[in-house]
Amino acid sequence: MSDAVETDRRLLTVTDLRTTFSIAAGDVQAVRGVSFALDRGRTLGIVGESGCGKTVLARSIMRLNLGSNVTTTGTAEFAGRDLLSLPMADMHEMWGMELAMVFQDPMTSLNPLVRVGRQVTEHLRQHLGVGRAEAARTAVDLLNEVRIPEPEARLKAYPHELSGGMRQRICIAIALACEPALLFADEPTTALDVTVQHQILNLLGREQRERDMAMVLVTHDLGVVAGRTDDTLVMYAGMVVEQAPTGSLFEEMRHPYSEALLRSLPRTSQVSHTRLAAITGRPPDLIDPPSGCAFSPRCPYVQPRCREEVPPLSAVDDPDHRFACWTPVGSPEGMAAFARNVAEGLPQAVAVDLTAPSSTGSGGAS
Amino acid sequence: MPLFTRLCLGWLVAIVFGAIFADLIPGLQDPNYQGFLFGTSATNEPPSLTHLLGTDNNSRDILARIVYGARVSLVVSMTAVIMGTVCGGFLGALVGFVRGKTDAMIMASVDVILAFPGLVLLLTVVTLLGRRDLLVIATVVGFLSIPPYTRVARATALAVSRREFVMAARAIGTRKRTILIREILPNCLPTLMAFALVNAAVIILLEGALAFLGLSVQPPTASWGNMINAARVDLRINVWPAVWPSLALVFTVYSLNVVGDHIRRSKAVRSAAL
Amino acid sequence: MGTFIAKRLVRLVGTLLAVSFLTFLLVNLLPGDAINALIPIDAQQDREFVEQIREEWGLNDPMLVRYGRWLGDAVQGDFGDSIVTSRTVSSEIFHRLPVTAELMLVTVGLSVMLAIPLGVMAAYREGTRLDQVISGIAQVFLSIPGFVAGLLFIYVFAMKLGWLPATGWNRLSNGLLDNLRTVILPALSLALIEIAVYTRVVRSDVMNTLQEDFVLSARAKGLSDRYILFRHCLRPSSLTLITVVGLNIGTLLGGTVVVEFLFAMPGLGKRLLDAIFQRDFMMIQGITVFVATIYVLVNTAVDLIYMLVDPRIRKAD
Repeated sequence: MSDAVETDRRLLTVTDLRTTFSIAAGDVQAVRGVSFALDRGRTLGIVGESGCGKTVLARSIMRLNLGSNVTTTGTAEFAGRDLLSLPMADMHEMWGMELAMVFQDPMTSLNPLVRVGRQVTEHLRQHLGVGRAEAARTAVDLLNEVRIPEPEARLKAYPHELSGGMRQRICIAIALACEPALLFADEPTTALDVTVQHQILNLLGREQRERDMAMVLVTHDLGVVAGRTDDTLVMYAGMVVEQAPTGSLFEEMRHPYSEALLRSLPRTSQVSHTRLAAITGRPPDLIDPPSGCAFSPRCPYVQPRCREEVPPLSAVDDPDHRFACWTPVGSPEGMAAFARNVAEGLPQAVAVDLTAPSSTGSGGAS
Repeated sequence: MPLFTRLCLGWLVAIVFGAIFADLIPGLQDPNYQGFLFGTSATNEPPSLTHLLGTDNNSRDILARIVYGARVSLVVSMTAVIMGTVCGGFLGALVGFVRGKTDAMIMASVDVILAFPGLVLLLTVVTLLGRRDLLVIATVVGFLSIPPYTRVARATALAVSRREFVMAARAIGTRKRTILIREILPNCLPTLMAFALVNAAVIILLEGALAFLGLSVQPPTASWGNMINAARVDLRINVWPAVWPSLALVFTVYSLNVVGDHIRRSKAVRSAAL
Repeated sequence: MGTFIAKRLVRLVGTLLAVSFLTFLLVNLLPGDAINALIPIDAQQDREFVEQIREEWGLNDPMLVRYGRWLGDAVQGDFGDSIVTSRTVSSEIFHRLPVTAELMLVTVGLSVMLAIPLGVMAAYREGTRLDQVISGIAQVFLSIPGFVAGLLFIYVFAMKLGWLPATGWNRLSNGLLDNLRTVILPALSLALIEIAVYTRVVRSDVMNTLQEDFVLSARAKGLSDRYILFRHCLRPSSLTLITVVGLNIGTLLGGTVVVEFLFAMPGLGKRLLDAIFQRDFMMIQGITVFVATIYVLVNTAVDLIYMLVDPRIRKAD
């Protein structure tokens, strides 16, 4: 998010993006005004619970939300062109070539009735007019690149003959085939075994560095983002609630929601049998979102003002670290608010106080 | 219900009432009255006030023959639907619920009968029976309708048997017969009814084909199929005696399909809401 | 996969046995003794002569014996002799089969070629005017039986426009064009319903496939919509289409009887009808069993093709 980087490194600038789905029950405001910027060769993590709009955001930027009931407003400037107002024919040129996506479930994102070989190279052939023989050579190279043993045999296989991890490697190979400038990885490890998750994330990281490719890593797991992305964006109910370089975010979480996400993460340093803190309550209704801060009904720090006014996304001391909260974690207002809530017996505050009493005071102010 | 579906339903209701009360419709002529024998009308007359749809090549009133011809379609399709739902529905629900050897045997015989192309089997049986009055035709078509209904009912019963309320009834020791009558059969009925509408359309087409081949009810009894067949010979002279019964047949089948689709769709919505 | 084929073949043999026995039962149990077809009623006064004929045709043996004898001959391709023309039933079938086979092939080919693009377009443009028009036409076609369509085509194309012959048949050996001129109207008459059925199947199936994740990932690769529709969506849908084509062969076989009658084509269906009018029970029995056998074989073949097209089933066994 550094403004100091010269502008020609800037790849993607998203401004006030909003996406709405019209369904019978009303208009679901899945993304409610998200802005961020991403430079070439950099990585951005987007973190939030399922239903917070992170996947919709990624698909909105790529214009992959199908159906006539979707409306997206705002701009997403990619290498000087606004993707959201590009004609569909130009988007077909962007897809695969400039923008690529790795999906959550490698079991369903490959066509079960088509051999792996064709699926790895069909867009190469369509975009670049590559011949059959050259496409086959490229496919072998790509599979070698993503560390798939015996690539020739795998290319002849059908997806169901490969393991989940192997299939996700194939999906990554497909995404990398045309050397895109920006890769979206949408929960790329959620559907995989824990043992495979690290390998896939390391593979993505290595490819991203070697190709000087920008990457957006969408995940519900703060642990995936830690140490793997340059910047992180925490989303809640379709909005960004905290945005910072990943290092400083983990050093000092300012938004109560980010803190709650971190607290719900199991850590090896914890004594075994420590109770993990689930976040009490449910994500808000996006057809009729609550007034004020969307997290206020679940927030241990909540104050009357939070229920009335939406806090702006702004920086306090570090200009790169921005958050949207009236009573930030670690600030005197925050500590006072939390103490008051515990004393008044507010359930979500009491729950936090019981499970992890020591963590409440963490951060710069303690 | 959209206006168009209502219109189709209206047509079906009109056909049914016309067929049942044909004798009571004022001004409707005798379908077998050959006017040219008595000098009251000619053959192949164009539509006029006395003959709204004209006369056929035997100088009979086409409108009257269409209305009376609807009787054949109605009787045959209703017999098929009733025998299919009652016999096939019960049999299918029973074997789908009790499973085991009975199921295997019944379904094997159902498969054998369904292994014959419908019209070919119907042709053969009707011919071998020798008699071709409405009762025989309707009974044969009715018997041949049992297997498809059995198959539909069995599939539904299998699904229903796995539902929670049947599990619950079993768990509290309700008698099997009671479960079959109280739970399984009522829950198979809506699916069977939706199937019956589409099947009625198929049966009307089947009887039409049989009559067109001259193997359904014996002339001069009017049926849409044999009217079309009789008019076929004089197509070059007068096309209308072929057009009217064809339109009646196509409209009726079309309406049955439209109404059937509508019911199936609304049923799908309702079961999705459960 | 081997055991699957074996199981399927055992079932096939069982069904064929049952089908042939049922036909035999029908022909032999129902009223109307075969003797009536063999000897004129007034000649039946001569008891001795009747007895002699009964013996000659083996009508006095128990039914199971007669069935066994008939089946034994039938598996060797001998369905007995026609009691009217005294030619063998199998030679008549052999002679008539090409006409019916060509009629059905042209019908199915025509229908599939039209139904696939129509169904795919309707699914791709679901809910638009185009979809409504295609689905509406399919609904109408579904309600037009072969004999009504056939009469309409004869009236328009043969009588009014004079483009094509109304009836008759030119063998393929008389030249392809002359042959096609006689097959096109009958095939088109049968095709209307088939087009409607196939179009509806393809439409609903492609609509379901378009919801799949792999379609989204194919879009994200930048593949053209046409490529995705025909090279990714059609293959899973073609499985359903093959099954429906197989199941519909039964209706189609019935349809050929009607259409061959209307267009005076020398096919199997017309022969069956003639046999019915002549009460030629050997012929009725032979053709009925033959037609049912074809239907059963086609559906077994469909099951096996299904396995070849879907690699998941192929590997499952």
